[in-house]
Amino acid sequence: MDGLYCEHMTVRYGRRTVLDDISVGPFPPGRVSALLGPNGSGKSTLLRALAGLGEATGRVMLGVDDLTGLTLARRTRRCLYLPQALPAMVHLQVLESMLAAQHATGVVPPDVQGDEIDAALHMLDVFGIADLSMRYMDELSGGQRQLVGLAQALGRHPDALLLDEPLSALDLHHQFAVMEILRRETAARQIVTVMVLHDLNIAVRMTDYDVILREGRIIAAGAPGAVITPVTLARTYDIVARVEKCSRGLPHVMVDGLR
Amino acid sequence: MRVPEESVGTPSVSPSTGLSDYAREVRGRYQSLLRRRMGLLGLLLALIAASVVLDFSLGPSGLSPSALIRTLLHPHHVPAGQGVIVWQIRLPYALMAVCVGASLGLAGAEMQTVLANPLASPFTLGVSAAAAFGASLAIILGWRLPGVPDAWVVSGDAFVFAIGSVLLLDMVSRRRNAGTGTVVLFGIALVFAFHALVSLLQFVANEDALQDLVFWTMGSLTRATWPKLGLLAAACVIVAPLSFAASWKLTVLRMGEERAASLGVDVPRVRRGALLRVSILSALAVSFVGTIGFVGLVAPHIARRLLGEDHRFYLPGSMLVGALVMSLSSIAARNLLPGVVIPTGIVTALVGIPFFLGIVLRRRSIS
Repeated sequence: MDGLYCEHMTVRYGRRTVLDDISVGPFPPGRVSALLGPNGSGKSTLLRALAGLGEATGRVMLGVDDLTGLTLARRTRRCLYLPQALPAMVHLQVLESMLAAQHATGVVPPDVQGDEIDAALHMLDVFGIADLSMRYMDELSGGQRQLVGLAQALGRHPDALLLDEPLSALDLHHQFAVMEILRRETAARQIVTVMVLHDLNIAVRMTDYDVILREGRIIAAGAPGAVITPVTLARTYDIVARVEKCSRGLPHVMVDGLR
Repeated sequence: MRVPEESVGTPSVSPSTGLSDYAREVRGRYQSLLRRRMGLLGLLLALIAASVVLDFSLGPSGLSPSALIRTLLHPHHVPAGQGVIVWQIRLPYALMAVCVGASLGLAGAEMQTVLANPLASPFTLGVSAAAAFGASLAIILGWRLPGVPDAWVVSGDAFVFAIGSVLLLDMVSRRRNAGTGTVVLFGIALVFAFHALVSLLQFVANEDALQDLVFWTMGSLTRATWPKLGLLAAACVIVAPLSFAASWKLTVLRMGEERAASLGVDVPRVRRGALLRVSILSALAVSFVGTIGFVGLVAPHIARRLLGEDHRFYLPGSMLVGALVMSLSSIAARNLLPGVVIPTGIVTALVGIPFFLGIVLRRRSIS
């Protein structure tokens, strides 16, 4: 089987079971997938468990490779989680933070060795922030730091990229720009990209595979058109919603009220 | 510059053409930044060397430079008193100042990073207070570890409690869900607990012991001896490379604990390693010279302002700044009042604070 998937995954925080024996995926390579669901539904927990952060039982597979037994350093080289919290405001230049992210596991992969600075600048340029490379992180806005975080993650060249609300601090322009960049890079590198999203319209328009979670269970999984429907939205968010075609024939989610 | 054309020029602020020119410029600026930092480290080293020479040459006995050099080169051909002053007092004091400053500077720097708190230091989190309690047990109650020679009793007791306090901090940090805030609060609780215990012992102490203890807690380099100096220097030489080896991981840790973990840093392990190194350096330093904790708090801040937070420069920088501040304090301690050696702990704070405030309050304009 291609892509990233997990089998029989259970995660507990103390006595509370957040994910109960769930199997998700496969999230397809070359495409952007979304993880949807209300607050506290286990989206971040699922992404973290897929990346091997925190304690979880079950098996995580990337294609034919079992990731479960890998050390943290090796596993994060293959499957990288980007936390929701923005990079901290430290007295570190953007370029330095890129180099540090590259050196975090002690081994720099051969494809970026030698020309680390070029590679870092290229990554920053992909996100349109090459001009910030010599600025300090503690002078940047939240949105700029979020872009730096994305550049750090993509710059590590993982096979699977797990993004926790990567658009949360961005303005409209940058939300769309980042989605475009992620779609393009995901397709070009044939990697798996999964992101937690709250904006259903972005999910329905700009992702290819969606999973909806509620209270640690999967409500629906599949193509956006099949997953984001009035029925599933009612079951997931307790809302009355419609999915209609706009004047250009593209799907659009409209919320009429609470159920 | 291997940039696929189609990936350049997203709707953004960056120039879509001329990235390679820009890359060249950034590379140049980054390399000159690295050179500047190396230069600053070199300058700090030179200042330390100058300060040690000054510390060594100045003193109440008023020996001339030629007499000093003669004593250094031919210790057996000079009057015995002169030999003692140079070899048993001047030289160990001056070198001990550097070693203590370096140890506390490095310990403070690592502590502030792994506990993600700018107030963390061996002084503020109870290591010094624990050492003071150990010393007071030795001085007031005569309690001693079995098999410890007389000259080492106070230091030995102080060391046991100092290292115990860091191990306690480490235990707390290992607990599941113990955030760095919890560890810092626990450290502050330790400070108060040990201060209370020291006060209790002071309350029951006789006059002589009380005087000894108060003097001990003021912190003084006059307790420097060659064996102690050797031990502390050896600890620095062994521990510092281990710290430097962890620089990248520590730098990543500064960007946030969760982010560091997700980038592949084994955060609990890095934190344990750092706390272990901190415990050895800070416990040795404070148990040999008493409560001189201030350096451990300010040196990291000064280093961060001067060198940024790339730990490849920040850690050695904090070490050197600590050594320099301590060495300057040592000079001040022995020369501020003619004929009197003021306890170094007092001077360190007085010398360090203006320096510290100057740098911290200027922070915005530097960055």
